[in-house]
Amino acid sequence: MSNARGEILGAIRTALKRPEAYGAENISVQQRIQAHRANLIPARGRLGTKARVDLFIREAEQVQATVARVSAPAGVPREVARFLAKNNLPMRLKTVLETSGKVIPWSEQTLLSVEEGRADGSEEVCVSQAFAGVAESGTLVMLSGADSPTTLNFLPPTHIVVLGVADIAGDYEEIWDRLRREKTTEAGRFMPRTVNWITGPSRSADIEQTLLLGAHGPLRLHIVIVDGDA
Amino acid sequence: MESTAANFKENALGALGDARLRDALDKLSGGFPENRRKAAERLPEFEALRDQARDIKHHVLENLDHYLEAFEARVVEAGGTVHWCRTAAEARTTILRLCKQAGAKTVTKSKSMIGEEIAINEHLEHHGVEPVETDLGEYIIQLRREPPSHIIAPAIHLSKEQIADTFREKHRDLLADRPLEEPRALLEEARGILREKFVAADVGLTGANMLIAETGSTVLVTNEGNADLTYSLPRVHIVLASLEKIVPTLEDATTILRVLARSATGQEMSVYNTFCTGPKRPGDLDGPEEFHVVLLDNGRTDMLGGEFHDMLRCIRCGACLNHCPIYKSVGGHAYGWVYSGPMGAVLIPNLIGMENAHDLPNASTLCGKCEEVCPVRIPLPRMLRAWRKRQFEAQNTSKAARAGLRFWAFFAGQPWLYRIFANLAVGALHKLSRGRGRFRRMAFLGGWTTLRDLPAPAGKTFISQWHGKKPSESGHE
Repeated sequence: MSNARGEILGAIRTALKRPEAYGAENISVQQRIQAHRANLIPARGRLGTKARVDLFIREAEQVQATVARVSAPAGVPREVARFLAKNNLPMRLKTVLETSGKVIPWSEQTLLSVEEGRADGSEEVCVSQAFAGVAESGTLVMLSGADSPTTLNFLPPTHIVVLGVADIAGDYEEIWDRLRREKTTEAGRFMPRTVNWITGPSRSADIEQTLLLGAHGPLRLHIVIVDGDA
Repeated sequence: MESTAANFKENALGALGDARLRDALDKLSGGFPENRRKAAERLPEFEALRDQARDIKHHVLENLDHYLEAFEARVVEAGGTVHWCRTAAEARTTILRLCKQAGAKTVTKSKSMIGEEIAINEHLEHHGVEPVETDLGEYIIQLRREPPSHIIAPAIHLSKEQIADTFREKHRDLLADRPLEEPRALLEEARGILREKFVAADVGLTGANMLIAETGSTVLVTNEGNADLTYSLPRVHIVLASLEKIVPTLEDATTILRVLARSATGQEMSVYNTFCTGPKRPGDLDGPEEFHVVLLDNGRTDMLGGEFHDMLRCIRCGACLNHCPIYKSVGGHAYGWVYSGPMGAVLIPNLIGMENAHDLPNASTLCGKCEEVCPVRIPLPRMLRAWRKRQFEAQNTSKAARAGLRFWAFFAGQPWLYRIFANLAVGALHKLSRGRGRFRRMAFLGGWTTLRDLPAPAGKTFISQWHGKKPSESGHE
């Protein structure tokens, strides 16, 4: 199949009546990619800080997520314990301590038992840190990495996400710009292995169009917004 | 899969007589179109975004070779591999080889229309690798060995009782008298069974809603989260995608995502939109060690630059199915192959040959609703007419139909003669109907009247009614 590549590209060039491989189009294509200009961005997310956070909360609740606000990272363990107790869930969770442990004092909530690592499917509750939120649709943006394994987001029935209020953007385009700004490596790449946009808990309507939450991913999505680092 | 697209008439007749299917399709047409309308109303920029989505896809198709090369270069830089495949057979061979190299016994799959197109499940099974569909609807139809009947709701044709029967028959290890009346119970059972499969799988095979040239990323859109468990747990992630799925940048992908879910289900955004780039990085606690993209042509380059070029813009949202009076009457299986509805009627003949799908372009009233709701504004009615014209020119239509069309074309070309004839016919049919407004039977029209009444004309043609009105009422001269 070594010539499949050449044959497919050749067939495309023949169909487009453009035999030479490296013409002017190639340069304009490279320029278009490098410019990565934003297309039309809906006005909905273009708001001041307070209205933007309010929109994020409204949109997230619209898609069956629950939202709580705490004034500082120190308030997160208490909110998590409150949420678990209220929903009659075990006081046991999995998260990655290396980073979140620095700012979130889990040990102060002695009722909570906190395990460290990626999820393996046995967990009832996982807690992870969001890279950002998008007000436009109440969406969380999660990046894979040593401090935020992807499995924490999908395997447990209850997923709790910590989100800094300053990380709530109006639209998705702001997130791509921030990613390019903050994560570009020496090799010029900025995408982690996985970027997850999460908008509400998992759902399916595959059986008679009946909407059911918790299809394969989490049944509950609880977002804890931390105001302190605004 | 084996195509029965050539038997559309028989398939459709069977579907029309199926009361359970009727109930299911009624539910569909009550839900998706209304939700789409609401979502579109909520976003003032929706129409402008559709224009941009169309322009992005159009631009990509005009420069497809360059974008594919750019995409491949970024995938390789990120540590992945691109496998170019001209045909379904090449893609099947490539995927099987990758599975064998990984020593795979089980492959979890998230829903992929290209997977259906190349019948990858049968191929893997035949060679001793167990493929497990993980999208709930797709899992149900895999157990029943049926093709999907809708792009985004593959088991839309089934009732919960049928699904319960299937689960009882296939899940033999569970208690025979367990309660399965509620959809929730069915979901929980499938979730439990699939959890074990997710954890045991050696390879995860996903489709892709888009491929991004800027970063070499693949985009996955689901509501269940099954795709995310499919790529994040096994050691090898294989992405199967056709050439035209490419978009230039993350910003372009974002624009398309803004119209995709709204057009499909009426959601603002699907629950999970995932961007995968290469294999896991040093220090990552999870993710696959290998990342492969199987890039499939399978007839796309033949469509490029021709009459059906615009069909390659399709983002597989299913809106044209949800709004099509024919689809809503006969469902997806009547179309006889992987795709259905207006997009299927245009695409299937391109992929498997008109001789195997000759009725499909005629399975349309040309009402135009499909083009009206298409997020990338594909001129589906024009392309359905193009197929019909080709059939006529190739003399692939019946002698009677061709003679009838010629006869009609002769009159339509002579307006004065047409009017005289139409006035006579309309007047005579009106009298014959004796005020009942319809005929239950009519000579030579048994094909129509066996299943429905023929409406009787009102007595006067539109033109003569128009002339009968006073100038002041009719607006102008």
